[in-house]
Amino acid sequence: MDKEVIEQHGLSQEEYQKILALLGREPNRLELGLFSVMWSEHCSYKSSRVHLRKLPTTGERVVQGPGENAGAVDIGDGLVAVFKIESHNHPSFIEPYQGAATGVGGILRDIFTMGARPIALLNSLRFGPLESPKNRYLLEGVVAGIAGYGNCMGIPTVGGEIYFNEIYNQNPLVNVFCLGIAKKDRLFRASASGVGNTVIYIGSKTGRDGIHGATMASEGFDDSIEARRPTVQVGDPFTEKLLLEACLEIMERELVVGIQDMGAAGLTSSSVEMAGRGGTGIELEINRVPRREEGMTPYEVMLSESQERMLLVAKPGREDEILSVCARWDLAAAVIGRVTDSRRVVLIEEGRIVADLPIPALTDDAPVYERPMETPAYLDSIQGINLDLIPQPKDLGDALMAVLVSPTIASKRWVYQQYDYMVRTNTVVRPGLEAAVVRIKGTRKALVLSVDGNGAYGILNPYRGGVIAVCEAARNIVCAGGRPIGLTDCLNFGNPERPDVMWQFALSVEGIADACRQLEIPVVSGNVSFYNETHGLGIYPTPIIGMVGLIEDADRVVRPGFKDAGDRIVLLGETKEELGGSEYLKQIHSREGGFPPLLDLAVEKALHKCCLDAIEAGIIKSAHDCSEGGLAVTLAEAAILSGPSLGATVVLPDLPIRMDAHLFGETQSRIIVTVEEARLMELERRCAQEGVPMAVIGRVEGDRLTIRIEGQDRPLIDRPVEAVRTAWDGAIESYFEGRKKEGHDGDV
Amino acid sequence: MRFGILVFPGSNCDHDCYHVIKHLLGQPADFIWHKETDLRGVDAVIIPGGFSYGDYLRTGAIAQYSPVMKSVRDFARAGGPVLGICNGFQILLEAGLLPGAMLRNRSLKFICKDVFVRVETAETPFTAAIASGRVLKLPIAHAEGNYYADPETLRELQENRQVVFRYCTKEGRISDEANPNGSLDSIAGICNRSRNVLGVMPHPERCTEGLDGNTDGRLFFQSVLEQSGIQSR
Repeated sequence: MDKEVIEQHGLSQEEYQKILALLGREPNRLELGLFSVMWSEHCSYKSSRVHLRKLPTTGERVVQGPGENAGAVDIGDGLVAVFKIESHNHPSFIEPYQGAATGVGGILRDIFTMGARPIALLNSLRFGPLESPKNRYLLEGVVAGIAGYGNCMGIPTVGGEIYFNEIYNQNPLVNVFCLGIAKKDRLFRASASGVGNTVIYIGSKTGRDGIHGATMASEGFDDSIEARRPTVQVGDPFTEKLLLEACLEIMERELVVGIQDMGAAGLTSSSVEMAGRGGTGIELEINRVPRREEGMTPYEVMLSESQERMLLVAKPGREDEILSVCARWDLAAAVIGRVTDSRRVVLIEEGRIVADLPIPALTDDAPVYERPMETPAYLDSIQGINLDLIPQPKDLGDALMAVLVSPTIASKRWVYQQYDYMVRTNTVVRPGLEAAVVRIKGTRKALVLSVDGNGAYGILNPYRGGVIAVCEAARNIVCAGGRPIGLTDCLNFGNPERPDVMWQFALSVEGIADACRQLEIPVVSGNVSFYNETHGLGIYPTPIIGMVGLIEDADRVVRPGFKDAGDRIVLLGETKEELGGSEYLKQIHSREGGFPPLLDLAVEKALHKCCLDAIEAGIIKSAHDCSEGGLAVTLAEAAILSGPSLGATVVLPDLPIRMDAHLFGETQSRIIVTVEEARLMELERRCAQEGVPMAVIGRVEGDRLTIRIEGQDRPLIDRPVEAVRTAWDGAIESYFEGRKKEGHDGDV
Repeated sequence: MRFGILVFPGSNCDHDCYHVIKHLLGQPADFIWHKETDLRGVDAVIIPGGFSYGDYLRTGAIAQYSPVMKSVRDFARAGGPVLGICNGFQILLEAGLLPGAMLRNRSLKFICKDVFVRVETAETPFTAAIASGRVLKLPIAHAEGNYYADPETLRELQENRQVVFRYCTKEGRISDEANPNGSLDSIAGICNRSRNVLGVMPHPERCTEGLDGNTDGRLFFQSVLEQSGIQSR
């Protein structure tokens, strides 16, 4: 075959030679297309697979680990939580609205394919700074796309996080997390079993959109980005809503033996993977596939990534029932093939075989690479940062305000107000900060959901970036009163063919694996997104953790804001002089460097146990994890979120560290809690028992946030909470001013 | 009291309404598929929120042609209580059961948040148990909630006291700042002339259980029950 054609398909010469050896002949163009998508990084995980094996994936509650459309964890009452996170980075940069919208559509299908009804969406986004019009356009488009799809589907978007950094200028990240609930004994797998069973296609008709989307997502960007717009799919949430209801009805009535959505690599991957898992073969008649336009070739039909489509394997004799459910929901449906015992995928067009490939060649025999790794040369220069040369700000109150209005720290209200976060009426803790909480109707339980990851730590030390991502997600869940029960990861990296990127990847995964093992949280699903690079510049290593925690009694949820005047403010954990990788360094001193904070997993684990036990004993009235922005930002947020703008008087111990590090350093394993005076002793006893350092640092009172150091009269920070809230609340919106303003007087 | 909850393709607050009526109020509730023509003798009809037909063309524009809407028109004409929430309100406008139209929010964006509304009249089945002038906290979640009517229609609405809810501040003051979407005269809900058909943009069904400490939405449902002489639980 022509060298150029092979290259266009994203296959290397070695890979093509391997195809020849596996087939014993030359593939035709359609067959080459099938190899191209099935062997793409996106579908085959060829660069990441050897590393992903290090992740712990088992545990008492795990019902379904990685390898299916989503993972599933037992939450009792005969129910499982089904969840996964996935990236849609590349398409979102090319076409932000549709890229993000179809990202939501894709993850929703992954969840309801398992037989679960989706009940919550979260997202994790990364953009360049909002000073740039292009970045504002991207943020606006992505948020509108997520809103457009999720709102229409009636699945609430209950939480998320956003960071802004120049490194994401040319490679924004859009990671979407979805969680659904299913009956434990009604989980469906994507497997084609039962020789002779009918294969049914349902959903949108197939068009020419998204052809080679998976291959596109397996390459970096250059100047040809505009020309790639046709590789982005167009979403139709209305059809997806019908598809969701029809599929759940079909599964509830047990009409199918297997079901898989057509996501990346469309009909190709869904049919091949289902037959692969079933140990069977599959035969499809291409001309029976419902199409949007005439004259589509088998190549286009097989590689289209048109959205809102599902492939089902019917139980014998139940075909008509499936078709009538689809008719009721006005969905296209067609019998397009059957399950065989050949372990081959055979494609037929007008009675003629147009492709005939062994399934293992496309799946099990896909290349697996142990790509070379190398410690990057940049490491010494960015880690070395001399704090003595960085002056402390004269007014630390001004510094606090500057950090609070940085879009990474500031309120994301402008964003989440565009999402319907209440539909389904399960949302106990709304978006705003930290973890979201959704109740499970019909039980007393609630689930706590959190997405976390900090690329600024990842670039300085990928191992620690991985560890911290897991620990922070878990800490957020613990602060709400939840016990972490499982996680899903979305690993966003640059080009794996670069040894330094591969080194970042391997270390990040090790960090995640070590943290998971120590905290006993299994990884049940995940996604890898490589090639987040443009013109040779890759993103920071950005592993995103989506974690799920369980609260036995939804009435026991704890929130981050102060509750009552008179309560004592307690710091659990210790503060060290750690400014490396902090938001403070970036915002105030325009520096990104140093060593990210240390994290001792045993200390972290003890902190979680202590905090959770104290919450369950009813001692803790509010809990807020101390992370980006440090102690000062955590205290400010707790005051802002108190509702009636409760203030606080805080007296910090006189530590032998820089004042700015004390206030803004991002030392890990710290939580700010409030308790009633009368229960302080009890908390002290528990902390002593678990070996968790604690310090009573203040009191909830008045309407100002006042922070001083023990033994000093003059406060370091003294601001009215209302002024702090106003600045924090309006910061992101201010970048979009010039449009008609929405009323705030009526805000609640 | 038996409630019928209409289900259009794309309705997505149907289950939320069902949950409130069935599990909170302990009343029987039926889902009624949009292709049906028989309302099965229900005592009240709820048109829930969502994105009927994906909001394609125009919100509510396609749903008004569903077979069930003819029966709803007959039901309303006979004086039966009909509550349209959000997309349900939009459908009532398109179906001509209520006057006026919805424009896109003036911010051109979807808005999801709690707002305050002032109850302007207790003379509808769904506000009968609420004192006129009372301020309620209710959530909104829509992109097209910017109510519009021509001056003549607006005058009629006002004269006949058909404006049932207006966006306001926490204290009950009507102001442009408290108007989240640019609605004419801060209108959040209206009824028909015979007062049995009510359309509201905010979602009462979303604040009935106090998940976030708010149960104001429950008053809508209690009102209609009390009107029928039923004590809700």
